[in-house]
Amino acid sequence: MLLNQQIQLSLRMLWRDFRSGELRILAFALIIAVGSVTAVGFFIDRVQQGMESQAAELIAADLVVASPHPLPDNYRQAALTRGLQVVDTVNFRSVILVGEKLQLVEVKAVGNGYPLRGQLRVAPTAFASEAISESIPAAGESWVEARLLQLLHIEPGATVSLGQRMLTINKVLTYEPDRGGDFFSVAPRLLINIDDVAATGLIQTGALVSYRLLIAGKRSDTVDYQGWLTTRIQTGEQLLTVNEGRPELRTALQRAQDFLALASMISVLLAGVAIATSARRFAQRHLDATAMLRCFGAAQRTVISLFGLEMLWLALLASTVGAVLGVLMQVVISQIMDQLFLTNLPLPTLKPLLLGYASGVMLLLGFAMPPLLGLRQVPPLRVLRRDLVGRGVATWQMYLTVVISMGLLLYWQIGQLRMVLFVIGGMMFAVALLTLAAYVLVRVINRLRQSVGVAWRFGLANIARRPGGSVIQIVSFGIGIMVLLLLSTVRTDLLEGWRRSLPNDAPNHFLINVQPDQVDAIQQFFKNEGMAQPLLHPMVRARLVSINDRAVNATDYQDEQAKHLVTREFNLSWSAQPQAGNTIDAGQWWKTTEHGQPLLSLESKLAQTIGVKLHDRVGFDVNGSIVQLKITNLRTVDWDSFKVNFFTVSPPGVLEQYPSSWVTSLYLTAEEKHRLSGLIKQFPNVTIIDIEAIMNRVRAIMDRLALAVEFLFLFTLLAGLAVLYAAIAANLDERRFESAILRTLGARRYLLRRGLIAEFVTLGALAGMLAGTTATALAWVLATQVFHFPYIPQPWITLVGTLVGAVGIGAAGLLGTRQVLQQPPMQTLKRT
Amino acid sequence: MVQVSPCFIEAVQLSKQVNSAEGALSILDNISFQVAAGTSLAVLGASGSGKTTLLGILAGLDLPSSGRVSFDGIDLNTLDEDGRAGLRAGSVGFVFQNFQLLQGLTAIENVMLPLELAGESNARAMARETLTRVGLASRLTHYPNQLSGGEQQRCAIARAFATRPKLLFADEPTGNLDQETGRRVIALLFELNREQGTTLIMATHDVRLAEQCDRQLYLDAGRLLRDSAQVN
Repeated sequence: MLLNQQIQLSLRMLWRDFRSGELRILAFALIIAVGSVTAVGFFIDRVQQGMESQAAELIAADLVVASPHPLPDNYRQAALTRGLQVVDTVNFRSVILVGEKLQLVEVKAVGNGYPLRGQLRVAPTAFASEAISESIPAAGESWVEARLLQLLHIEPGATVSLGQRMLTINKVLTYEPDRGGDFFSVAPRLLINIDDVAATGLIQTGALVSYRLLIAGKRSDTVDYQGWLTTRIQTGEQLLTVNEGRPELRTALQRAQDFLALASMISVLLAGVAIATSARRFAQRHLDATAMLRCFGAAQRTVISLFGLEMLWLALLASTVGAVLGVLMQVVISQIMDQLFLTNLPLPTLKPLLLGYASGVMLLLGFAMPPLLGLRQVPPLRVLRRDLVGRGVATWQMYLTVVISMGLLLYWQIGQLRMVLFVIGGMMFAVALLTLAAYVLVRVINRLRQSVGVAWRFGLANIARRPGGSVIQIVSFGIGIMVLLLLSTVRTDLLEGWRRSLPNDAPNHFLINVQPDQVDAIQQFFKNEGMAQPLLHPMVRARLVSINDRAVNATDYQDEQAKHLVTREFNLSWSAQPQAGNTIDAGQWWKTTEHGQPLLSLESKLAQTIGVKLHDRVGFDVNGSIVQLKITNLRTVDWDSFKVNFFTVSPPGVLEQYPSSWVTSLYLTAEEKHRLSGLIKQFPNVTIIDIEAIMNRVRAIMDRLALAVEFLFLFTLLAGLAVLYAAIAANLDERRFESAILRTLGARRYLLRRGLIAEFVTLGALAGMLAGTTATALAWVLATQVFHFPYIPQPWITLVGTLVGAVGIGAAGLLGTRQVLQQPPMQTLKRT
Repeated sequence: MVQVSPCFIEAVQLSKQVNSAEGALSILDNISFQVAAGTSLAVLGASGSGKTTLLGILAGLDLPSSGRVSFDGIDLNTLDEDGRAGLRAGSVGFVFQNFQLLQGLTAIENVMLPLELAGESNARAMARETLTRVGLASRLTHYPNQLSGGEQQRCAIARAFATRPKLLFADEPTGNLDQETGRRVIALLFELNREQGTTLIMATHDVRLAEQCDRQLYLDAGRLLRDSAQVN
C-alpha cells in the first residue's frame, strides 16, 4: 500500500472513528491535556515574567551593569537601539558638612527615570506619612534618610555641602527599591541628581565609585541585550540580573518555579495516564476492524502505519483544539490574576503554544501507541473466531515507551533533570507499589465475595472476575485520588512550610557598626526597655589572600562569581556554637578545647565556588596581618531566614585581637521600633537598618507565588478528574454488554445499581486507602528532598483518602455508568 | 409443578415500526397468535423477516409499537422495564445464536448468574448439577474463550435451564455451530425441554430444526405468512 493511499485511508478511518464516537474519549483526554499544558505553560510564562518584574524592583531594573569605572557609551547605545530604557546611577561614599558637623553618607546620584522598576517613596519630614514619588531630586536638591536628620539634628530645608556643591535637603527618603542589596552600608543615604555629581568635584581618579547602568524593557530585548553584553563585559564589570537581587528572593523564586514545574508535570503525567487508559479501550474496540484489515490482506506493518497515521492526525487536531482552549483559558486566568496582582501581567511568549502542540503529539504517540501496537498481533482468523485477540504487545515495551516519552516531554518542559528524575522515579515507584497492593487487595476481595449479599456479591464479583482490569482501575483511581489528596491537604502543608520559612517574627531590623565595648551596654539597653536581648555577632573585615599558601588571584578563576568573591572583603566572625539554621555538611564543629586554634568554618557553596575543601588552609589579610586558618567544617546556611549569617566563622580566641564591629538582627514590633530613638541617642555610631519594607515585599511575592501555584494545581485537578473519567469509561462496553445480559436474565435495575455502587465504592475505598498512603509518602519526599521543609506525615490522610475514594468514586462511578443501567436488554439479541 | 394457564403466551395485533433515514420502517405488522403452556413453537423466516424482533417483544426485552403481549396472563405493556425483568427472573431462559456468555466469568459462574438473580441460595450446587447434566462437569472453571463453540452453547443451555424456567427463548441456537454439533445441541435442548415441561419459542431459518417443534410460524417481511396450527 502506497504512502499516499495510507494517508487517505487513515484520514477516512479518523473520520469514521470520530463519527461513530470511538475517538471521543481519546480526543477529550488529549484536548484536556494539551489545553492544560498550554494554559499552564502560558501561565508559568506570564507569572514568571510577572514575578521577575516584581523581583526586578529589588534591583530597580531588569538588568544592571555595575563597574568601578565609568561604563562605555556603547553599552548604553546598544540598549537604546534595542528599545530598552536605560538610566545611570553613581554610588560613592563621602562626607557632608552641615555647619561644623561632618557626617559620612552613601551618596547615590540618579538620572531621570530612576528607578526603572519599583518606586521611590518619600515623606516631607521624618516619621510623616510617606507617598510615592514620580520624580527624582532636582539639581541642587537632595533626599535623605531620616537617620541622617537625626544624626545631624536638622530638618528638611537645611542646606548641606557635598564636596564643592551645596544641596538643599527637601524630602525624607523612606524607600528606595534597590537599597536592599546593601544592608551593611554604614552610612545613611543621600540621594541626589546625577547632574550634580560633576559639580561636587568628588569623583577624582582613584575614588571608590560604583557606576551602574540600569536597564529595563521587553523580556526578549533584555535577553538579547544580555547575550550581547556577555561577550563584551570587561574585568571588574559585573552583570546583575533579577535573580541576584537578594538570596531570600532567589530561594523564593526557585521554590515557586519548582512548585509550578511540579504542578505542570503532574498534569502531563495524569493526562498521559488518561490517554493510555482511553487508548486501551480504543484498541480493544478495534480488534474486529483490524482482523478485517488483516483478512483483506493488510500487512502487520500497514496496520500499524494506518493506526499510527490516524493517531497523528488526531494528535494534531486535538492539539489545535487544546491549544485554542489553552489560549482562551489563559485570557481568563490573566484577567483574574491581573486583579489579584493589582498589576498587568506581561504578554505571554509563544513558547507555550509550541510546547502544547509538541506535548499533544508526544503524549498521544507515547501513551496511545503501545496499546495500538498490540493490534499488529490480531490474527485474521478473528473474523471467524471472535474470541481470538492475539498476543498483544509485551508489557515492558509498553512501559519503556511511556517512560521515555514522559521523560523527554518533562525534561523539555522543565529543564531540571533532577526534578524530572525525582518525579518519574517517584511516579513509577508509586505505580508499582499501587499495582502490587491492588493485586493483593483484589485477591482478598475474591475471597470475601462468598460471604456477602447478592448486590455486593455482584459488585465484588465484578472486581474479582476482572483482576487485571480491576488492578488497572484501582491504580488509575489511586493516582487520581492521590493527586487530589496532594492538592487538597498536602499542598496546604507544603505551601505553609514554605511560608513558615519566612515567619512573621523573622528579624526585621539590623543593628550594625556596634563597637566591641558597646556590646554589653546595648544588651543592657534592651533589657531596660523590656525587649528581648539580641545576640550580637562580631565581624572582622578581611581579604582572602592565599589558599594552601598559594596566592589567590581573581585571574585564577573563570567563574565571574568566584572572581568577585576573591576580590571582595569577607566578614570573618567567631562563635563557640554554629548559628541556628546552619547545618554541618562535612567535618566537625569545634570543641571547647579547640577554641583559640586557627580553624575555619566555611559556607559550602562558597567553598565550592572558590575551589577549597575540608582541611585546606586559607590565608586572610586582617588589618595588615596575615591569618592562616584551616577549614575544619563546611556548612549550609539558611540564607532566607533574614538572620545574621556569615560565610566564614572561626572559634573564639583567634580574631579578638583585631578591630571588629558587632552586628545583630532582631524582630521589633511597631511600638518597639519607636523606642529605638533612645538607642540612637545613647550610641550615635550604631546604625539601625529597617528591612521591614523589603521583607514585606518578599512576603507579598511569596504570597502571590503561592496563589499562582494553588491556581495551577486546579488544572492538575482537572487532569486528575480526566483520569478518573477515562478509568470509568475504560470498561464501559463490557459493562453495557454485561448489563444487557443481566437484564435479559431478569436482573432489576436497582440490583444492577446496587451492584455497581458496591463495586465502585469498594474500588474507590481500596484506591483511596492506597492513594492516602502514597500521597503522604510522596509529600514527605517532596518536602524533605525537593523543597527542603520539615514535614510531619499525617496518618489521617489515609483515612480521608479511603472515605473520599469510597464516596467520590462510588458517586462518580454510578454517574459515569448510568447509561449502563439504561441499556435495553434487546441488545443481547441484536449483538452478533 | 406450577399450574399454568393453557394459553401461556398471547400476542395480539403486534406491530413494530422503527424510524430510519427513509422514513418509518415496518418490522412487524399486525401479528396475533397464542402459545399453549408446555408446547414448542418455531418462528421461521429469512434474515430480516422480523424473527428476532418478535422474540424480543415476546420476551419483554422490547415493546411493540402497537398491540400487546401477555405472559402467563400478565399484560407486558402494563409493566415497566424493571417489572418485566422481575417477571423474567427465574421464569424465562434464553439461548442465543452467539451464546452471550460473559467472558470474565467461568462456566459455572455464568450458569450461577440467573440463579443468583432469582435469589437461589444454593446457586453453585445447582449450577454444577446443570453443567454436569449438559456434559460440562470437567469444564466448570473454564472461561468461555477456553471452550469450543459447541461447549459454549451447551454452557448457555445450562444457564438457560438452570432456573427451571417456565418459558425458554432460543434465537438461532445452532447458527454458529457446525451441523453435527448443532444436532447434538438441539437434541440436548429438546431433551431438557421435555424433562422440565418448558414452553419453548425458537427463532430459526432452519426448516428441519423447526419441524422438531410442535408448531411453526412463518414470517415474511414482518407479516405472519403461515401458522402451521391453523393449516393443520
